[in-house]
Amino acid sequence: MKRSKQGRRNSTHPILQTVLAIVTALILGGILIVVSDLKVISAFTRIPRQVAVPFTDPTTQISLEEALWKHPNEVVVGDAVRVGKKDLRVVEEVSNKDTQISLADARSLYPELGPGVTIYFGFFDKPLVGLKAAWQSVKVAYVALFEGAIGNPKQMVRALAAWIEGDGSLLNRAFYPLSESLVTSTPYILTGLAVALGFRAGLFNIGGEGQYFVGGLTSVFVGYSLKGLPIYIHLPLTILAGAAGGALWGAIPGILKAKTGAHEVINTIMMNYIAFALSDWLLNGPMMRPGGYRPISPEIQSSAVMPRFFGGEIRFHAGFFVALAMAALVYWLLFKTTTGFELRMAGANPRAARYAGINLTKNIVLAMSLSGGLAGMAAANDITGLIHYMPNAFSAGYGFDAIALALLGRSHPVGVVLAALLFGTLRAGATHMQSVAGIPIDIISILQAMIIIFIAAPEIIRSIWRLRRRPLETETPAAGGEATEGAQA
Amino acid sequence: MTPILQLEGITKIFPGVVANDDIDLTLNEGEILALLGENGAGKSTLMNILYGLYAPTAGRILVRGEEVAISGPQDAIARGIGMVHQHFMLVAPLTVTENVMLGDEMVRNGIFLDRRRAAARVREISDAYGLSVDPSALVRTLPVGVQQRVEIIKVLYRSADVLILDEPTAVLTPQEVDDLFGIIRNLVAGGKSIIFITHKLKEVMALADRIVVLRRGRVVGETTPAEASEETLANMMVGRNVLLSVEKAPAQPKEPVLQVENLQAMDDRHQLAVKGASFTVHAGEIVGLAGVQGNGQTELVAALMGMRAKLGGTVRIGDVDVTRASPRKISECGVAYVPEDRQQDGLVLSFPVSDNLVLNTYYRKPYAQGLSLRRKTIEATAERLVTDFDVRTPSIDTEVSDLSGGNQQKVIVAREFDRPIKLLIASQPTRGLDVGSIEYIHSRIVEKRDAGAGVLLVSSELDEIMELADRILVMFRGELVADLPAEGASREQIGLLMAGAQNQPKQQVQEVSG
Repeated sequence: MKRSKQGRRNSTHPILQTVLAIVTALILGGILIVVSDLKVISAFTRIPRQVAVPFTDPTTQISLEEALWKHPNEVVVGDAVRVGKKDLRVVEEVSNKDTQISLADARSLYPELGPGVTIYFGFFDKPLVGLKAAWQSVKVAYVALFEGAIGNPKQMVRALAAWIEGDGSLLNRAFYPLSESLVTSTPYILTGLAVALGFRAGLFNIGGEGQYFVGGLTSVFVGYSLKGLPIYIHLPLTILAGAAGGALWGAIPGILKAKTGAHEVINTIMMNYIAFALSDWLLNGPMMRPGGYRPISPEIQSSAVMPRFFGGEIRFHAGFFVALAMAALVYWLLFKTTTGFELRMAGANPRAARYAGINLTKNIVLAMSLSGGLAGMAAANDITGLIHYMPNAFSAGYGFDAIALALLGRSHPVGVVLAALLFGTLRAGATHMQSVAGIPIDIISILQAMIIIFIAAPEIIRSIWRLRRRPLETETPAAGGEATEGAQA
Repeated sequence: MTPILQLEGITKIFPGVVANDDIDLTLNEGEILALLGENGAGKSTLMNILYGLYAPTAGRILVRGEEVAISGPQDAIARGIGMVHQHFMLVAPLTVTENVMLGDEMVRNGIFLDRRRAAARVREISDAYGLSVDPSALVRTLPVGVQQRVEIIKVLYRSADVLILDEPTAVLTPQEVDDLFGIIRNLVAGGKSIIFITHKLKEVMALADRIVVLRRGRVVGETTPAEASEETLANMMVGRNVLLSVEKAPAQPKEPVLQVENLQAMDDRHQLAVKGASFTVHAGEIVGLAGVQGNGQTELVAALMGMRAKLGGTVRIGDVDVTRASPRKISECGVAYVPEDRQQDGLVLSFPVSDNLVLNTYYRKPYAQGLSLRRKTIEATAERLVTDFDVRTPSIDTEVSDLSGGNQQKVIVAREFDRPIKLLIASQPTRGLDVGSIEYIHSRIVEKRDAGAGVLLVSSELDEIMELADRILVMFRGELVADLPAEGASREQIGLLMAGAQNQPKQQVQEVSG
């Protein structure tokens, strides 16, 4: 009835909502950093060592230091000790002017107070001290996170300026963090695309991890066993081998689902375990590095190594562009082709898809294979671009993080790329944050988890930011919603 | 005498939508008040407010002259207001008594269910109003009409004085409707007051003491059956003049387009649901398949469309045997299909209007070129269809879920009717639609017939069958029990056949074979 004014049903734009989710998570993460920081806690609860002046009066008082020297371990502030026939009160000696306040000030807080005694302020006596400490703590942490993720802007500018003048020596150090972030994002992009493609086709691929492992095994095998090929054949072949391995691993639960109705969630999880065991066995047996004793594969041939663009520590490699190209390809496939139309239709409403003549069996197997292929390609990328061999402990949980990425990116290739960049940057920055600010790296997992929760439960974000709720359906949707429009002729 | 129930100035605003606008409504004791309106007129919202499911934005509710705040169904029940929902809320494997007790259990010694006392109460209620329900029967064994009476008992068991019946006849056979009307009259005679929500004009005329018509959230008229006619009510409901009957010339059947022989199919519970159906649909005629919901029509249609495995029999469309064909093959044979459950089977709600308009033709020229979709062509076609078929949508990019039920159905009709077809299978094509949309879709179906297509119209609305069909098939418990020309067939006769009555003169029940 008022539909034309209403426009889209979501009154909150998905992008705004995603941004707010990230901002909220960062704020809550900041609070978490603050409350877990001991310095801040003490700043909040006991603002320490504010001593009323004047302090030690030698005729009636003795400093704690002196008293302890005479009676080790026996005295505390406030005790009376006998020194040379005189009873002297033990006080804490403070010589730093910054930590002293005047006796008058101290008395206004504690009327009973005598001079020379240590007092502690509560938060409400001096709120700024606590807040400053909190701000400092968050600032240090997030600045470290930023510098670890993107780099120090000043350093970067300086390095660029030097480079223009012909001195490239500063570049490596300045751009190392950015390179690491992009390198970390690469497998996230590909595994995120894998899960997103599954989502679009109505399939929940939890098996990204297993597909990643199998893709790693097949690509590393092709990478080290084939010899004497030129790079423009060997490298693509190695990447494709990884994709094929992942695709195979994805296809199996796909076929099981299509033929028997076995749920892909269960089967992809099971396939994960098989993949882990398979990799264990292969790396301890047939694929073990000759002459070695550790469960790692041989190094791939130099003809299978992904080119890097910069020397030294900069690990940024062409795989990042492979990932972006795949994102573009997935976008094209999903939204511009008949195959994608079928995948999306089957995902959005399988019953209508069947009525429209779509072969659901074919669709499920295809979607799972493509999904697995992308996850396998992520592994191939890491092997050819980064480590050049396959270790036993290979993945950092990309297959699982990918589920969160697909959610965050709303199963859209562009969204997934942005989400992967976010996760990659957070991960890369976290290492730096841990070493500089002493914030445990796990805070990043908590941040990621919060972002996902806020995406999955948009009501939370709407209520925190007081956003308008979307209008309710006025009639039961089963009855077909409002129907008055048709009668307005 | 103070009215038993008064609503004063009830307004309910959802963001962007005024669902109820300053509605005044009075229900006198012992009265049957019909609340008439199209889908979306605000009937359900109003009753949900009365039942405590929504809080009104403004206005007040008075029960026996006393202002009350109803904050939930429990409150409503405590004030003697009970609701019988359109969709039953029953637990199928339990007995009638257990279902009635659920949520308001009688107990012995504090913890044990007192089934016996509850059963006695159920029997007492059943006898008092002529409901004839066996308290110990399992609900899943009961016919739909009796299940509805169980719902009524549930409300009476909780001592309701005011009963709200929400579209109670949607699922009933004509005979069951008559029974229900009898029961409602008994209830009123027993001192109960009834609010009867419907969009069916005949029922209102037959039953109501007083009629209140809602349109777009407002009360647009109040009348009585004596003063009103179906035409005036329809005009009030829709806000313009409506043609209640379709004008159509006599059918001119030509060659057969659909030949079904001894078709058998199972339902989802692996029971034989279609027990050897044989019939023919000719080009240029509308064959109406009548029957109460759940007598195998759904399965029959699904089997015809290749969506359900056939256990036996053959299906031919034109000259092609499509017994084993896939849905796509069947559609390519020139079959258009308007599915029973339009949101589940006919549309992808999260897709835009344009994509839904090519849902089963996207892979063909001119919409696809090799692997890639030709968006421009699709959009041009969508713009044309939206105009041609009068689909009211802000744009072709709007998600179909944002359209009204009538417009959703028009999207399906546009898609299916636009291509050259030999056969149209339309299953419940106007269910839940407003009068305006029904009128439109009926005239389009007749248009297709006159253009030379065969039409199989499956409907549980007897009126629709009587209105449109040239020939009527009746399905009962998985069998086609009658095949007769529409001309000369009476409502009563078809109604009895739908209910399974076998006392028909033999010559009228001719099984078609060959």
